[in-house]
Amino acid sequence: MSKNLRINSSKYIDQTNRISFIFNGKKYYGYKGDTLASSLLANDLHLVGRSFKYHRPRGIMTAGSEEPNAIVQLHKNTSRTEPNVRATEIEIYDGLEASSQNCWPSVNFDIGGINNLLSPILPAGFYYKTFMWPASFWKNYEYFIRKSAGLGKSPTKADPDIYEHKYIHCDVLVIGSGISGIMAAKTAAKNKLKTLLIEEKPNLGGSTIYQNSEYFKINNQTSSSWLEKEINEVKKIENLEIKTRTSVAASYGYNFLLARENLTDHLPIEHRKNKARHRLLKIRAKKVIFATGSIERPLIFDNNDRPGILLSSAIKRYADFFGVACGEKNILFTNNDTVYETAISLIQKGINIEAIIDNREEPDSKLLYEVEKNNIKIFKGYTIIDTSGYKRINKISIMQLSKDGQNVVGSKISLSCDCLGISGGWTPAVHLFTQSGGKLKFREEDEVFIPNIAPSNQLSVGACNGDLSLDEILINTQNSLKKFFNIKNTDYDNLEKLSSTNKSKRNIWLLPSDKVLGKTKSFVDYQNDATAKDIKLALREGFRSIEHVKRYTTTGMGTDQGKLGNMHALGIISETTGTKMGELGTTTFRPPYTPLTFGTIVGRNVGEYFDIFRKTPIHDWHVEHKAEFENVGQWKRAWYYPKKNENMYQAIQRESKAARDSAGILDASTLGKIDIQGTDASEFLNRVYTNAWSKLAVGKCRYGLMLNEDGMVYDDGVTTRLEENRYIMTTTTGGAANVIGKLEDYLQTEWPELDVYLTSVTDHFATVSVCGPNSKKIVSEVIPNLDLSDESFPHMSFKNAKIGKINCRVMRISFTGELSYEINVQANYGKSVWEKCMEAGKDFNITPYGTETMHLLRAEKGFIIVGQDTDATMTPIDLQMDWIVSKKKYDFIGKRSLYRSDTIRDDRKQLVGLLTENPNEVLEEGAQIVADINKSPIEMLGHVTSSYYSPNLKKSIALGVVRGGKNMMGQKLIIPMEKKNINVTVADPVFLDKENKRLNA
Amino acid sequence: MKNKYSIFSLIKNAFSYHENWEKAWKDPVPKKEYEIVIIGGGGHGLATAYYLAKKHNIKNIAVVEKGWIGGGNTGRNTTIIRSNYLWDASAGLYDHSLKIWESLSQELNYNVMFSQRGVMNLAHNLQDVRDLKRRTHANRLNGIDAVYLSTEEVKKFCPIINTSPDIRYPVLGGTLQKRAGTARHDAVAWGYARGADEMGVDIIQNCEVKGIKRNGNIIEGLETTKGFIKTKKIGVAAAGHSSVIANMAGLKLPLESKPLQALVSEPIKPIIDTVIMSNAVHAYVSQSDKGELVIGAGTDDYISYTQKGSHDIIEGTLNAILELYPIFSRMRMLRQWGGIVDICPDASPIISKTSINGLYFNCGWGTGGFKATPGSGDLFAHTIANDEPHKLNAAFNLNRFVSGDLVDEHGAAAVAH
Amino acid sequence: MFVINCPYCGEREQSEFKAGGEAHIVRPKQPTELSDDEWAEYLFMRKNIKGIQFERWNHIHGCRKWFNMIRDTSNDEIKAVYKMGDEPPKI
Repeated sequence: MSKNLRINSSKYIDQTNRISFIFNGKKYYGYKGDTLASSLLANDLHLVGRSFKYHRPRGIMTAGSEEPNAIVQLHKNTSRTEPNVRATEIEIYDGLEASSQNCWPSVNFDIGGINNLLSPILPAGFYYKTFMWPASFWKNYEYFIRKSAGLGKSPTKADPDIYEHKYIHCDVLVIGSGISGIMAAKTAAKNKLKTLLIEEKPNLGGSTIYQNSEYFKINNQTSSSWLEKEINEVKKIENLEIKTRTSVAASYGYNFLLARENLTDHLPIEHRKNKARHRLLKIRAKKVIFATGSIERPLIFDNNDRPGILLSSAIKRYADFFGVACGEKNILFTNNDTVYETAISLIQKGINIEAIIDNREEPDSKLLYEVEKNNIKIFKGYTIIDTSGYKRINKISIMQLSKDGQNVVGSKISLSCDCLGISGGWTPAVHLFTQSGGKLKFREEDEVFIPNIAPSNQLSVGACNGDLSLDEILINTQNSLKKFFNIKNTDYDNLEKLSSTNKSKRNIWLLPSDKVLGKTKSFVDYQNDATAKDIKLALREGFRSIEHVKRYTTTGMGTDQGKLGNMHALGIISETTGTKMGELGTTTFRPPYTPLTFGTIVGRNVGEYFDIFRKTPIHDWHVEHKAEFENVGQWKRAWYYPKKNENMYQAIQRESKAARDSAGILDASTLGKIDIQGTDASEFLNRVYTNAWSKLAVGKCRYGLMLNEDGMVYDDGVTTRLEENRYIMTTTTGGAANVIGKLEDYLQTEWPELDVYLTSVTDHFATVSVCGPNSKKIVSEVIPNLDLSDESFPHMSFKNAKIGKINCRVMRISFTGELSYEINVQANYGKSVWEKCMEAGKDFNITPYGTETMHLLRAEKGFIIVGQDTDATMTPIDLQMDWIVSKKKYDFIGKRSLYRSDTIRDDRKQLVGLLTENPNEVLEEGAQIVADINKSPIEMLGHVTSSYYSPNLKKSIALGVVRGGKNMMGQKLIIPMEKKNINVTVADPVFLDKENKRLNA
Repeated sequence: MKNKYSIFSLIKNAFSYHENWEKAWKDPVPKKEYEIVIIGGGGHGLATAYYLAKKHNIKNIAVVEKGWIGGGNTGRNTTIIRSNYLWDASAGLYDHSLKIWESLSQELNYNVMFSQRGVMNLAHNLQDVRDLKRRTHANRLNGIDAVYLSTEEVKKFCPIINTSPDIRYPVLGGTLQKRAGTARHDAVAWGYARGADEMGVDIIQNCEVKGIKRNGNIIEGLETTKGFIKTKKIGVAAAGHSSVIANMAGLKLPLESKPLQALVSEPIKPIIDTVIMSNAVHAYVSQSDKGELVIGAGTDDYISYTQKGSHDIIEGTLNAILELYPIFSRMRMLRQWGGIVDICPDASPIISKTSINGLYFNCGWGTGGFKATPGSGDLFAHTIANDEPHKLNAAFNLNRFVSGDLVDEHGAAAVAH
Repeated sequence: MFVINCPYCGEREQSEFKAGGEAHIVRPKQPTELSDDEWAEYLFMRKNIKGIQFERWNHIHGCRKWFNMIRDTSNDEIKAVYKMGDEPPKI
């Protein structure tokens, strides 16, 4: 039966609302308002987890987000499980289930604890020095290393929760709601600025809100009651928004910050349904005020990591805020006045203090005298040299410090205890300040880094600015606010204040012991088990930079990111190397301040919202007719239309045959369409395409090839001259956005003198392409008034027409080699025109075909697909398309590059046709092509870019690129596959209807 | 060898509480003159110095480093090592490197934790499939162990990938190179530094180059924050800062330096035993030996030397991660950071002489330089020592930007992690 | 992430823009008369400055206008923006 260490009714804990939860399989109770940590402590339970490397038992160390030790797995084996959650942050709710991590079989008996015994041969960086032989064994070593590393376990099921994003624009963002944060927020808001106040805990007020002491007063009230009134006023201000349970994760340049608002993690699971779990706030603030407080420092001595050892401020918070005593035999150990504030709180509540160890020899402090009045023994000038108690501290040993603080003298005294509060002073929380570019300076007198140069429109106030006593905070905050907002007064100009903190401190980064350092375990980074001697070892081995020491020892690389120990690591380096702290600098504070859930960052961009879905106006018809779809960029394109029991191959063979034998129909709406207008439109096309455009007659269409400035093929498509000064350009589906981007770039930056305007009209039109020998009959039925005769409407020409009242543009162009018409109509008519064509084509077995059949048909005809038959290393000459490269034109994009020493070579890879020896054997696209299989190393001449079984030619056909292929017509080559070699012959890439009879039929 | 590392030396030193380990490298004051000075104390620079000393028997070498060794991209990348590149020249270069990786720990007597856990590349559209097949065929014929995997085989090799056909960009297949994997990035810099130091190379940290002195077309030395250093040969391995050094010498390079970001999650027990790369949806993930998920994000499109990128890049990357690994939704990002990568127009590096006698550049590695560290060091050393490229880096010369003979690896890796 | 003051639209989030590299590299009027070296200089060689850089940006998810910017690439501080064709302002 565990003890009950709940000591009084705190107003922040609702003792009428009892909550049950499970920890390590056992049921416990706490109250509404408790954290998991406070309720475990109330149950006298300190041992929560095991450390990373040595698997040492660890307890609750802090009461906040800096916690390194008490991290747990929530709701294991469920879809809501979560590893590495800080017990100090999770608010308990009915049904909460938590368990210890990194231990097996249990936190009480952990096999991994053997590492603690092996620790003499596991110093920092030991793994760099061993596990090298036999060479092939690293895999096996690594298996065990990986297994023993890691902390909690990843979820294995999809996350049932949802997350959302919100953009916030405000005049002033205040981070932290302690006394200085409240002063800042109120001042900002009262000056009519739109203000957002963010607090990571569920309630406002920081640590002042429970500073209920006669020794800290403002206007003759305790600082807590004064602040409470201020908070009540602040809550009423209209232009001030307050967000609690919200943690600022990152502070980027230009005052862009990310914060996570926790919406449901404190609710019982059954109340979370259909609610967003976290909201990621993307904040753009005109001004930012950091009031992020400070973090208490531990002290570094032998065995300073046992369960039952807490920061003294945490003990105070547990007593004052949560009404929980962390122990019954408390000892406090300090180098400054902080523990006396804790002691006074404990005395007020009747919690026993056995003794206080103060390493200062003659501390002169009001608070200390008050504590002494209560007959509490204070060992002045002493230090702890060791502790004992494996799973809970039960004893400490102390000795007197030498004058210089470097040694211990006199005899050892042992004191028994069940809880030890330690205080090494305070570290201003400057993480967010530095993330956004703020520069720090080192303040020698109390050895802290404080803000020095702030980026514009940023201010640090309170403890994070290095103001560590109440009077400093009150005076400096109001002064800074006046300057920052350029105002004359604040509400805080004439406060009466009483502050009793004596700022004296005897800072010794690594406290001496009666043992040699090598025999001690003085933890600097608790979670990662980095000790003082590890840091010294790193320095001894030549690691000098703080970043080196950090990486070699892993100090500061745990889930707490070194919030507690980084300063001590720096201090020890400084002392050991004789370098001043200010010159060492800190490690970079990297975002996020506290770990940020992936789901929170992603928000709603999951599942179907991962990326935009572009559908053509005819998409629904394809779905209804059971099309399979292919992703092309963001588009969903119909790939093929399998009939019952048909596989893909069969469907494509059927579709391809039908298109050539009678009629096929394709949804070509995804092709990019750019409307080009202006008196210089023709000249513009001359410059962007390789061929000439000036002489193209109105009503005619022409195929164009566009290069990159490096001479490589970039895009292609048919462009039609609609009017004298108006063209419609088509681009590839995937290239559309880039092409218009590139054209705009040239137009605006290189050729601003041209009178040309570009508009993307891709989505404005639906394009129905009808091809095949019967296409003319079908189109004439759909558009009866249109003269489709070859004389009036030859290949590569265009006409405006009407289908009923619907305007349409009809182009006689072909990507299949068949007689073919493309009907372009306003997008919303697309589906009905498609259906009309289907209806009209019924008697001709009109067959819808998708992209795969389109690819097959064009390959029969030897037409290229940019991106499939080209790969950004192919020039038009390489494609054997010399005919499209104007020799006469003075210049076009990429022209100069075609005449460089490498691009004019004759033996570049060139596009050819390939025919297999066995006409039924279809090559694999991507297969390599060689001439001599026995050559070593084997020389690859090129690869197969497109390959199909052609039902119309009744044989396998392929396109490929082959080095020097232009001059290899009829030559035999080999496709070396994994298990066999396939013989092929180089052929003309045009396999069908070289004379264009079908086009002009 | 001084202070040889082994389990026995660890045990032996345990008795003296590890008080007797020697310095892994010294902290020398720069001499007045060196035969060769390498600018940049990252993996590439240190490896270059190491191989110059070891294979070319040149002992009077300095490596000058602006900050601390391994503090640039060496210590900031996602440690992917592979050699399944498309073009012969690239395959030759990266496989040369991979072969050195395979025995590097033993050679350096420093465990660089080269973990051959395999690298899988995923295909998400039909062109991806063609490209990956093309690459696999080329790899096979180049003697590189790559195989093409069906979607089912992908799932089998890494069961936590969401291979459902219903996701936005379903996994249509993939490739696997089993010899590929990861290594411990810091250890590579430290191991080479220790090895180079032992052969007499001076590793000079906190020494920033301020100017390159030349007499006409001949290098005479360099100005640094620690004074003038005389030398006739300078090898630059300054990654993102290559152009800064080039500008000092009056050269322009075909490079743009851009922010590349990465992030790690909190450490968890093993969940991914391989490295998975997806260019199309842009998600790169592996798990470090410490247990962190190591996730590579993309580059921003603007030039910056700030080692910071925009949040949109991180968000886009994690969108992709959750698309492929929905189980990671409740995992948490522990740390994010940025590096500066120098990117060539053809996504291939430069290991080359320049128009100035005695000035050599090793740069343009973009997002994929870590994997090349040993091979690049070896070949760059060869190039500097002989004033001639090795046949394996001949294609990676500066003249290719003039002749047009580019080694275009864009098709093979939009971001060549 | 920056806030960019588009000369046509005013202040907008960086995500609306696309960077276009070094500015004031004019496409040669007569490319055919350039040597391979000179053409390569235009095509590929870049200053890639650490410090004050003149560069091109496009308000791609806005007015789609290209404009120039002066930015310190060592700290990403934007010093000025100006329209294409305008003289760069003194900073």
